[in-house]
Amino acid sequence: MDDSLDQIFVTLNHWLTGYAPVGWQPFVSAVISIAGIIAVFASLFAVTTVLERKGLGRIQNRYGPNRVGPFGFLQPAADGIKALIKEDVVPRAADQVVHFLAPLATVIPAFLVYAVLPIGRNMVLVDYDAGALFFFAVGAGTELSVFMAGWSSRNKYSLLGAMRAIAQMISYEIPLILSAVTVFMIVGSLSTTKIVEAQAGYHWFGLPNWFVVTPWGFAGFILFMIAATAETNRSPFDLPEGESEIIAGYYIEYSGFKFALFFLGEYLGLFAISGLGITLFLGGWHAPFAFLEWVPSWFWFFAKLQVLIAVFIWIRGTLPRLRMDQLMNFAWKFMLPMALINIITAAVWHFMQPGYQRWLVGAAMVVGPYILLGRGLMEGKKLEKRTYQFAE
Amino acid sequence: MNVVFAIIAVVTIAAGVAAMSLRNLVHCALALTVAFAGLAAAYLQLGAQFVGFTQILVYIGAVAILIVFAILLTRGSEPAQQPIISSGWIAGVAVAVIVLAVLVYAIGKSSIRDSKVPPAAEVTVRQIGDALMNKFVLPLEVVGLLLTAALIGAVIIAMKEEKK
Repeated sequence: MDDSLDQIFVTLNHWLTGYAPVGWQPFVSAVISIAGIIAVFASLFAVTTVLERKGLGRIQNRYGPNRVGPFGFLQPAADGIKALIKEDVVPRAADQVVHFLAPLATVIPAFLVYAVLPIGRNMVLVDYDAGALFFFAVGAGTELSVFMAGWSSRNKYSLLGAMRAIAQMISYEIPLILSAVTVFMIVGSLSTTKIVEAQAGYHWFGLPNWFVVTPWGFAGFILFMIAATAETNRSPFDLPEGESEIIAGYYIEYSGFKFALFFLGEYLGLFAISGLGITLFLGGWHAPFAFLEWVPSWFWFFAKLQVLIAVFIWIRGTLPRLRMDQLMNFAWKFMLPMALINIITAAVWHFMQPGYQRWLVGAAMVVGPYILLGRGLMEGKKLEKRTYQFAE
Repeated sequence: MNVVFAIIAVVTIAAGVAAMSLRNLVHCALALTVAFAGLAAAYLQLGAQFVGFTQILVYIGAVAILIVFAILLTRGSEPAQQPIISSGWIAGVAVAVIVLAVLVYAIGKSSIRDSKVPPAAEVTVRQIGDALMNKFVLPLEVVGLLLTAALIGAVIIAMKEEKK
C-alpha cells in the first residue's frame, strides 16, 4: 500500500506547519486543517447544487441548468454572485438582531460538527473521547436557529414553518440517536476514530467488516438515513419549507446572502449527517474490498459521501411530501419502536457466539417487528383507487 | 484563573443578566440559551467532556426549545408594557440575599475547605457508563420509570376523549 498518497494531506499539513515558529505550531496546524475542511465542504456544496438540479431535471424530464460554463457547472458561481449583489431586505416589523443572527446560528454548528468526522486515515480534526456525542449535541443547536429565523421574521408562514420544523426535528432526533446507539454498544466507545477502527478487516465472501452487513446494522443504517433525511428537512420530509403550503417556511423573509447562508447550512448539515452515517455504519474510510486497499482512504470517504448524496437526490425526485399526521405517526409508531427493538437485537448479537445462528436470530428480530409494525400502521386504513372530483 | 475561563464567565453572567432583564420573553429565552452554552463551555474547560456535551444536548437541544414552545403556546410574544422593576423585587432580593448568606455560611463551616483536593482523574465515557450500569443501576432504573410514567401521563392528558 502506498502510504505517501494516502497521507498526502497529513504530510502537507506537517510541511506547512514546519515553517511556523515553534510556539505557534499547534495553532497553525489547526488553522490549516480548519481552512481545508471549510474549503472542501463549501466547494462540495457548490458542486452538489448543480448535480442536484441536473439530477432532478433528469428525473422530471427536463434539462436543468446547462447555460453557465461547460454543462452548466459554473452555475453556483453565478448564483453566489447574484446572492451577494442582491438587496438584503429585512421586514420592518422583524426583530432585527435575531433576524441577523439566525443564518449565522445555522452555519456555525453546521461547520462545527465536521471537527469529529474522520475523513481519512489520521485525518480527524479533534479526536474526542465522546466525539459522536459532540456531533449530536452541536447538531441539536440548529433547531434553535430555525426557531430564531421563523419567529424573528414576524410572518405567520415563517412561524408555522419554524413550528413544523422543530416538531419534526425533535421527533426524528430520537430514532436518529437510538439507531446510532447500537453502534456505540457494539464498539463500546463514543469516539468516532475508534468506531472506524472497529470496522476494519473483512469476513467471509470478502465482505467488509462494516456494521451495515449485520442484521442490526442494516436496520440501524436504514433508520438512521430516514431520520437523517427528516433532520435535514429534505424531501419527502420538507414540510417546514413546503412551498405549496407555506411558501418557503422559516426563511420566507430572507433574501440575498442571508438566504444563501441558510442554503449552505442545509447542505452542510446533509453532508455532515451522511458523513456520520458513513462513520457509524459504512466503515468510515475503509475500502469495500481487500484488493482495493491501495486506493487512498480519503477517496473512499468522499466516494461513499457522493453515493449517499446521489441517493438523497434520487429520493427527493421520487417521493411526494408527507402530511403532518403521517410524519408524526411514522416517527412515533414505526421509527421509535423499530429503533428500540434494534437495540435489543444488537445486544443479542453481541452475546451470541459468532456463527450462522446469530445471523438467523438477528434477521428474525429485524424482519418480524418490521412486518408487524407495518401491518399495525396500515390497520384501519382502506387503500383504494383515489377518485377525483374535478380532475377525471 | 485564566483568560478562557474569564471570557466564559463574563459571557455566561452577561447572558444570565440579560435573561432576567430583557423586555421580550423570547429574547429572554434566547439569552438563557447563551447562558446554558456558557455553562457547557465551563464544563468542557474543566475537562468534563461528557457533562459538557450532555449539557448542550439536553439544555440547548431540549429545554430551550421547550421554553420557547411554552412561551409561544401560552401567551402573546409581544413585549410587556409594564416596567420591569416592580415592588416584587424587594422580596426577591431579600430571598436571594438570605440564600446567599446560608450558602456562604454552610461552605465556610464545612470540612470541604480543609480537605485536600485530589488530582483530577481523566474520566472516560466508558467509566461513566460502567458506573451508571453497575453501581448506580437502581437509581437509573427508578429515574427511567419516573420519566416513562410522566410520558404516559402526558399522552393520556393530550389524548382525545372518546365521545359516548
